[in-house]
Amino acid sequence: MESYLNTALFGIYPYIALSVLATGSIVRYDREPFTWRSGSSQLLRRRQLMWGSVLFHIGVLIVFFGHLVGLLTPIWVFDAVGITHGFKQVMAIVVGGVSGVLALVGATLLMHRRLFDRRIRATSTFADNAVIMLLWVQLVLGLATIPISLQHLDGGEMVLFMSWAQGIFTFDLAASTFVLGAHWIFKLHLFLGLTILLLFPFTRLVHMLSVPLRYLWRPGYQVVRIRQNGRASRPSSAAPAE
Amino acid sequence: MSHLLDRLNFLAQKNVGSFAEGHGTTTNEDRRWEDGYRKRWQHDKIVRSTHGANCTGSCSWKIYVKGGIVTWETQQTDYPRTRPDLPNHEPRGCSRGASYSWYMYSGNRVKYPLVRSALMKLWRIARAHQSPVAAWASIVEDKSKRDSYTTRRGLGGFVRAGWDEVNDIIAAANAYTAKTYGPDRVIGFSPIPAMSMVSYAAGSRYLSLLGGVCMSFYDWYCDLPPASPQTWGEQTDVPESADWFNSGFLILWGSNVPQTRTPDAHFYTEVRYRGAKSVVVSPDYSEAAKFSDLWLNPKQGTDSALAMAMGHVILREFHLDRQVEYFEDYCRRYTDMPMLVRLVQKDGHFVPDRLIRASDFEGNLGQQNNPEWKTVALDRTTGKVVVPVGSVGFRWGDAGKWNLEAKDGDGNDVALDLSLVEDDKHDHAVEVAFPYFGSRKHEHFASTEHPEVLHRRVPAKAVQLADGEAMVATVFDLFIANYGLDRGLGGDNVAKSFDDNVPYTPAWAERITGVPADRIVTVAREFALNAEKTRGKSMVILGAGLNHWYHMDMNYRGIINLLVMCGCVGQSGGGWSHYVGQEKLRPQTGWLPLAFALDWNRPPRHMNSTSFWYAHTDQWRYETLNVKDILSPTAPEGPWDGTLIDYNIRAERMGWLPSAPQLETNPLEVAKAAEAAGKDVKDYVIDGLQDGSLRMSCEDPDGEKNWPRNLFVWRSNLLGSSGKGHEYFLKHLLGTSHGVLGKDLGQDGAQASREVAWHEEAPEGKLDLLVTLDFRMSTTCVYSDIVLPTATWYEKNDLNTSDMHPFIHPLTAAVDPVWESKSDWDIYKGIAKRFSEVAPEVLGVEKDVVLTPILHDTPAEMAQAMGVKDWKKGEIEAIPGKTMPQITVVERDYPNLYKRFTALGPLMTSIGNGGKGITWNTEHEVDLLGRLNGTVEEDGPTKGMPRIESDIDATEVILSLAPETNGEVAVKAWEALGKLTGRDHTHLATPKQDEKIRFRDVVAQPRKIISSPIWSGLESEKVCYNAGYTNVHELIPWRTLSGRQQLYQDHLWMRAFGEALCVYRPPIDTKTITPALKGNGEQPHVVLNFITPHQKWGIHSTYTDNLLMLTLNRGGPVAWLSEIDAAKAGIEDNDWVEAYNANGALVARAVVSQRIKEGMLFMYHAQEKIVNVPGSQMTGQRGGIHNSVTRAVLKPTHMVGGYAQQSYGFNYYGTVGSNRDEFVIVRKMEKVDWLDGPATSTKEAAE
Repeated sequence: MESYLNTALFGIYPYIALSVLATGSIVRYDREPFTWRSGSSQLLRRRQLMWGSVLFHIGVLIVFFGHLVGLLTPIWVFDAVGITHGFKQVMAIVVGGVSGVLALVGATLLMHRRLFDRRIRATSTFADNAVIMLLWVQLVLGLATIPISLQHLDGGEMVLFMSWAQGIFTFDLAASTFVLGAHWIFKLHLFLGLTILLLFPFTRLVHMLSVPLRYLWRPGYQVVRIRQNGRASRPSSAAPAE
Repeated sequence: MSHLLDRLNFLAQKNVGSFAEGHGTTTNEDRRWEDGYRKRWQHDKIVRSTHGANCTGSCSWKIYVKGGIVTWETQQTDYPRTRPDLPNHEPRGCSRGASYSWYMYSGNRVKYPLVRSALMKLWRIARAHQSPVAAWASIVEDKSKRDSYTTRRGLGGFVRAGWDEVNDIIAAANAYTAKTYGPDRVIGFSPIPAMSMVSYAAGSRYLSLLGGVCMSFYDWYCDLPPASPQTWGEQTDVPESADWFNSGFLILWGSNVPQTRTPDAHFYTEVRYRGAKSVVVSPDYSEAAKFSDLWLNPKQGTDSALAMAMGHVILREFHLDRQVEYFEDYCRRYTDMPMLVRLVQKDGHFVPDRLIRASDFEGNLGQQNNPEWKTVALDRTTGKVVVPVGSVGFRWGDAGKWNLEAKDGDGNDVALDLSLVEDDKHDHAVEVAFPYFGSRKHEHFASTEHPEVLHRRVPAKAVQLADGEAMVATVFDLFIANYGLDRGLGGDNVAKSFDDNVPYTPAWAERITGVPADRIVTVAREFALNAEKTRGKSMVILGAGLNHWYHMDMNYRGIINLLVMCGCVGQSGGGWSHYVGQEKLRPQTGWLPLAFALDWNRPPRHMNSTSFWYAHTDQWRYETLNVKDILSPTAPEGPWDGTLIDYNIRAERMGWLPSAPQLETNPLEVAKAAEAAGKDVKDYVIDGLQDGSLRMSCEDPDGEKNWPRNLFVWRSNLLGSSGKGHEYFLKHLLGTSHGVLGKDLGQDGAQASREVAWHEEAPEGKLDLLVTLDFRMSTTCVYSDIVLPTATWYEKNDLNTSDMHPFIHPLTAAVDPVWESKSDWDIYKGIAKRFSEVAPEVLGVEKDVVLTPILHDTPAEMAQAMGVKDWKKGEIEAIPGKTMPQITVVERDYPNLYKRFTALGPLMTSIGNGGKGITWNTEHEVDLLGRLNGTVEEDGPTKGMPRIESDIDATEVILSLAPETNGEVAVKAWEALGKLTGRDHTHLATPKQDEKIRFRDVVAQPRKIISSPIWSGLESEKVCYNAGYTNVHELIPWRTLSGRQQLYQDHLWMRAFGEALCVYRPPIDTKTITPALKGNGEQPHVVLNFITPHQKWGIHSTYTDNLLMLTLNRGGPVAWLSEIDAAKAGIEDNDWVEAYNANGALVARAVVSQRIKEGMLFMYHAQEKIVNVPGSQMTGQRGGIHNSVTRAVLKPTHMVGGYAQQSYGFNYYGTVGSNRDEFVIVRKMEKVDWLDGPATSTKEAAE
């Protein structure tokens, strides 16, 4: 039973989550382009937002990229570069721990604001409330794994998770077995992480895909978008009557 | 195809160029995302409509429809062009109009018929086993059942119902009421037909066929200036806004044009570029004030003092010290100034009495026809008394002699003498007494130390009359003396210099108004100088700021006097521009037959609302104004006793004012009883009234038989906006929870009425059924028993006109009425249909006895020429239509009411049509309508008659019958008038004889109306519409006693109340700040004058629940006060404050502003009780609206009737609901209770 559950949650569920993430995002982007937004509530109230949002985003971005790089970079790359598993494990605990705390403080501020500021509360959807709470719980779970990791400073446990994650992406049907023996907190963290991916297209999280990075290196101060041949940007039938 | 795929273009070259040294980039990236924004403004069609708002701005709008939904609106810009040198009318429309489409799909939209749940339960139970009328009877005849829903009014609890069911209830209630109490207990209130004439007509046609009562509004809103009918015999006639552009000197007096007349304001701006000078008179620094060259800010309510002082200056400098020929000539020909007034001795001095008539002389000066109604003057050349043509006596029965030519009744040329001041003309300079009210003490207004009676010398002449020698003086000489001008005749109380402290010098006015004397002199002098140079192009735009005071007549007549003495009235670019609740139902005579079912039976039942609500909301039971407070010290001998309602009862009894209900006995029974007694109905009623077997309802408004039972409200927010004495409405009319804080006179032991029956216990809950039609859940809807969802202004076909411009506009259905709403026309048609089905249970073809007052513009307006005699006191015989109301028997065919509703009846062919005293044949137009609308094919009483099925059919009836929209009718109308005046006026319409404006024409483009004798201005290519223009230029008399502009009001009651001539009268003391309430003020508070102007953030004076507008202000009720007053009461900006007095209490947020004058609390009109309003600490009830602290107070001079220009007309003359003399205690609220818990009233607990 336990093994079945493990396979379902960490062998099959990841594919469901990733499929929904991909197709859901594409469908939403195509069908409901006007819902594709971060849903900022800054206009309603600035209070708490600056501290909360900045702390959260700094923390969570580091955590996010840490997970991305840490989990998905093939192990041999670390070996080739000469980063030992133990060093990587300590790095993960230190960097992840610090940025996780930053993100948690930020998320706490944001969640408090979202739930207890009347204006924000009144304009929040169920998804808005749910997503901040899920993220908060996920951060707590993530931080709760640190004491466990401190007992595995050799990085062995970490390598198992890397193998699992890479196994998923390389369609290793036995990938779920790598995490069979992991601590339940880790499992919960993994499950919730997959769930967040699953819910991603239905929430404001989609704004992650539209970060206007190009602004950083965009040439020119004024951008003029030209009218294109044969495709007037002014739809003929849409013109107001005057 | 796919947004995503299209974005996957990382390899494509997007940057295709650069400019500005690399600071700019040209890209070829996809731009289709922009379409999203473009589509927001895409639409399937544009439809022309307008807003049937009571601003009657009448602006043409484009309504954009997309996918069956109205998306937004913008101003139309296709008005017909004006002539060269005159700016075009556009743009018309303001931000409030632009926000209207919000209503259509807002949460506040009434979507389904709603019924109070308690009533619905009772109805379904009763209806399960009973027929409709019996079911209704079983509910309202059982007190506990009736109370179960009437006491819950305003407390929520509506349930959805279907149309069939609500029509069933309403029809049953109406039939029951007509059968049990009389059809005149079914009342309908809807204002301002011009804002959507067919919608108004729908309800009024139903009521008129039923025998119900249509209530007036213009007087009730206090927008009717009684000074206008008093002076001109005209309800209100004003220049169109384009005529401002022809002016050389504009005074804006108590009017805030940019804020309240936004679409017209551009003419005001433009004329200033043309060089016109402008003075703004307003106590607060209003939006208009910043347009002015000079801003005068008098103490509020003292405007007549300012006007009198300006008149003093103008008379001194332009009529006495130097006589401007144009002014003198104008006054001689167009005013009553040359007419002779009898002076009678009283207490050793003379008092001006009535105007002398031809009948006062031996042999009636040769006049056989109506000599009692012909005023006389002295001829300048012969020195003899002559009877100049044009007076009301010539109007009726002297065809061809009713004009303003300088002739006497025998056709001789005359030149009338204005003054007898030259030594050889007068016999004596006699001491004449003038009343002075400015010395009366008022806690909040300045008074002066002059005596109550001012004696001034007036040149008088002894004239031999039939009853002996009498002293007479000209109106002009009395007028000059009244202004306190020294003319070298000696005596007291006259001023040689403007600096003398004598009423009415500028120095005197400075003490009253606070405006420096030198500024008064400057403004007056420049105003008159401009009029002299331009022959009358000086104009005063005046507004609610003046007209809402109890003594509004004085404010208005003070200003009218200025205009008349400078020859401005009737001159393009000049005159009196009263824009308050202004409306001009331009095709009025085409509309009247449709609206009041004059095609089926005449007369309809009309009622003046002020007197009606005063009586039936029991405001009279709380009356604190005593007759002696307003009586003149020079009043002739008379029984000036009793209370204000007594005067109203006398006026109703003498046929001066209408009554509703009319008789205590059901009028359907009266004709039967007369028949049974073998008597003529008239005789039966006269005898009955005299022996007491019949009784007029007005004598006992609290008697159960006399209660109004059913009330329809449509196109109106009676309880949220215009209902002065809001809390009294709730208490006595509706019988629900209320906030009346004072005691009635019985409880105070001060009951002093003589004519009215006093019930110790005042009734609560007179109405059986309140039905409101609206598209939004207004305050009135919240208090109703049944709410019917009506179409918005973008969902129906209708007509709309204004007096601000000469165009006729359509309302057009851009989309069908949404949810289950229907147009007013369809709603009343549905009710009429069901009524016809239900009625036979108790009603068949009935004879209804209708009482009507003595009407203006009919020969009956010559009723009692010489005095006031009351038949009830045996002073005179009771003669219907002369000394008492007219009595008519009208046949009601109740089972065929629906058929009559939907067909144009036979009286249009057999009697014809007309208005303002002239009539013409309409056979041709009826024939046209039959072919246009089709005729009724079904068998029955209406077979072969033109159909009026749809709202568009109804518009065609109006347009075809009205001279303003049918050139052929216009020519007929001018011909008809020509017969009376003996002059040819048809040249005014013949160029447009073939023009027939139809509904589809105005849908294509607003159309200019055709000149007609119904109005006193012309619409032509040469002049802008200006009131009185045809009187001056076509020599058509004003419809007054003298046929001229009547500056001397000689009716007994006018003299008794000191208003024969214009005087300054300080605001009245309403005594609503009782010691008991004041004692309550441990907390810092301040007592302020309560002022309710028109606002910026609501749609005129009715709609303040529009989210877009609320967002621009503070999102709920606000009241403005000055920094000084705020500091006194410890109030800071945005604090919640409470304002209260004996009438009730209201809550609002304080706006503390420097622009408000000390001593005033400004609360803009009609801020709904339904948006963001907490409970009041004083009353424990939600909020209160602006009218929670007001109470209507009647004025006896407005009740005068049967006297030429002072004769009743619907919305034309009558009592007005003033409200500005009120004071309130203002304090900061300690606790803001939103009352958002469950209701726990004792009434509910008892349930």
